[in-house]
Amino acid sequence: MADHNTPQASDGAYWAANLRIIFISLVIWALVSFGFGILLRPALSGIAVGGTDLGFWFAQQGSILVFLVLIFNYAWRMNKLDREYGVDEE
Amino acid sequence: MDQFTINLLFVGASFALYIGIAIWARAGSTSEFYAAGRGVHPVTNGMATAADWMSAASFISMAGLIAFTGYDNSSFLMGWTGGYVLLALLLAPYLRKFGKFTVSEFIGDRFYSPTARLVAVVCLIVASTTYVIGQMTGVGVAFGRFLEVDNTTGLLIGAVIVFAYAVFGGMKGVTYTQVAQYCVLILAYTIPAIFISLQLTGNPIPALGLFGDHAASGEPLLAKLDAIVKELGFNEYTAHHADTLNMVLFTLSLMIGTAGLPHVIMRFFTVPKVADARWSAGWALVFIALLYLTAPAVGAMARLNITEMMWPNGGIDGGAVTVQQIENDQRYAWMATWEKTGLLGWEDKNGDGAIQYYNDQSADLQAIAAEKGWTGNELTNFNRDILVLANPEIANLPGWVIGLVAAGGLAAALSTAAGLLLAISSAVSHDLIKGSLNPNISEKGELMSARVAMAVAICVATYLGLNPPGFAAQTVALAFGLAAASIFPALMMGIFSTKINNTGAVAGMLAGLTVTLVYIFLHKGWFFVPDTNSFTDAEPLLGTVKSTSFGAIGAMINFAVAYLVAGMTKETPEEIKALVESVRIPRGAGTAQDH
Repeated sequence: MADHNTPQASDGAYWAANLRIIFISLVIWALVSFGFGILLRPALSGIAVGGTDLGFWFAQQGSILVFLVLIFNYAWRMNKLDREYGVDEE
Repeated sequence: MDQFTINLLFVGASFALYIGIAIWARAGSTSEFYAAGRGVHPVTNGMATAADWMSAASFISMAGLIAFTGYDNSSFLMGWTGGYVLLALLLAPYLRKFGKFTVSEFIGDRFYSPTARLVAVVCLIVASTTYVIGQMTGVGVAFGRFLEVDNTTGLLIGAVIVFAYAVFGGMKGVTYTQVAQYCVLILAYTIPAIFISLQLTGNPIPALGLFGDHAASGEPLLAKLDAIVKELGFNEYTAHHADTLNMVLFTLSLMIGTAGLPHVIMRFFTVPKVADARWSAGWALVFIALLYLTAPAVGAMARLNITEMMWPNGGIDGGAVTVQQIENDQRYAWMATWEKTGLLGWEDKNGDGAIQYYNDQSADLQAIAAEKGWTGNELTNFNRDILVLANPEIANLPGWVIGLVAAGGLAAALSTAAGLLLAISSAVSHDLIKGSLNPNISEKGELMSARVAMAVAICVATYLGLNPPGFAAQTVALAFGLAAASIFPALMMGIFSTKINNTGAVAGMLAGLTVTLVYIFLHKGWFFVPDTNSFTDAEPLLGTVKSTSFGAIGAMINFAVAYLVAGMTKETPEEIKALVESVRIPRGAGTAQDH
């Protein structure tokens, strides 16, 4: 049994916290790919990166690197959240 | 040692390795056959997922796709990696917690509907079968080019190898061979890329070299490439020419489709815990990124290399490469080698003894051509697959690198084929036989039927690989469209909404599926029969939305219809709501097994 100081998963707070992390992650996911990589590229064209502009870098490399950070960040945060709410395995 | 012997050694050694793994990793139970006993380490699974996912198309074609179009084809890079974010955040951990063996089983249980399960099975089998045809033809082609056997023999050898480890080892055998195949394919991809990056930019990391300086001229590599292709009348490499709406939708469709492909999702059933499924998706993308960050560098550098070889004296003013150079100069020997494969061709149309490579559709270049007496582009056949396959020869790399590329191409095709065949056979034995035809089948009986289903699937795939239907090249759109419009939304709604009921889910899947199929058929011909299409992707029905970009819209339709219909029909039963609640919480996931 979880003691009284442990937040309870059953009250929906665990799921709400998860949804919040997912939402923020997906905003960043869309911003770097569809945003910086495609739609906002003209706005970023002033920033030069190796013979081209920042938008090109995001489209061919930057977005992939950000995706990696997003997934590892999600795994780390969620595994921590699982323990805080006492819903981890074992 | 001649090149043929070297190639044979590399391919032979890699095949011996796969067979050795097959003997070691035999599956003894259905849990081992379908999910490798759920005892695969997350990093190992990440590596296997990378090989499962990266097909002959990623290995052979992607760099070429980017090289010839430049920035506009960045969609492939973002789409085929961005899908892993969706998979990691929205699907993988929850489906691992659910703890069953197939994607369609989750859909059937969550929507308490055998119909929903059946629709999912049909989508799964159609998507995976169309996808596997390309892999099998890829195996035949790779054998044909590197080992001088004909395509049929090559394909049959490949099929026997897959048979050995997939039928006996199931998911367990496939997992560990995929790990070996990943190692082979990533070495084969990056080693030539490192050599070429060193030659062109002096930087040993191709991804950094791409944004570095061109050693010979001191200019930034991409600026140099932009200038050189522009002079020849082609689109500037880094510029945006594609329609923006279509580019966004195409990227999104590839992302959603990637996350919805069953052969990728099912790899996450093999890890011991929910927490492992989360890490594992990250590791999968690490291993995929090693290739995907290298591919655009390979594309740009190969394009620059080849273009400079065609104009060896500093652009148009210096004059084109002469026929005599191509025939006698050792640096051009690869051109004769690859002409034989039908992937490369040239013709001295104006008889001036030189081969002018330029864009003869460009008005500017037509003016220059008229002035200089050129009568059209003389590099008449330039297949984009050459960029990766002939890259080692173009850059004059040692023979063993070419052998490695041969083994790598085969590893990419075989690993994806095995994953797809596993998805098909488990859908047949677990969803169709155990799930509906004969629910009382014993564990032993189900394992046997899984093996038989795998054997039959390999035979069908081999037959289709030998006699590819004319539409084979078009079916990638079909596989991604089906996964995006039917499977991904159903899985996501099943986890994130308790409101969606059986009727809503079935209506949503059928609506997304039908509209997407109709849109593809309207542009590619009904059931891909030529000349039955009413539109083309150059002049699409809806504004600028090509049929390959429609999957994302199909997914939206699926979501919308499911919500509407669910709102009008009977509420989800309490026990299903409880099932959804339990899927959302990691505690209580099934136990693992050591290997």
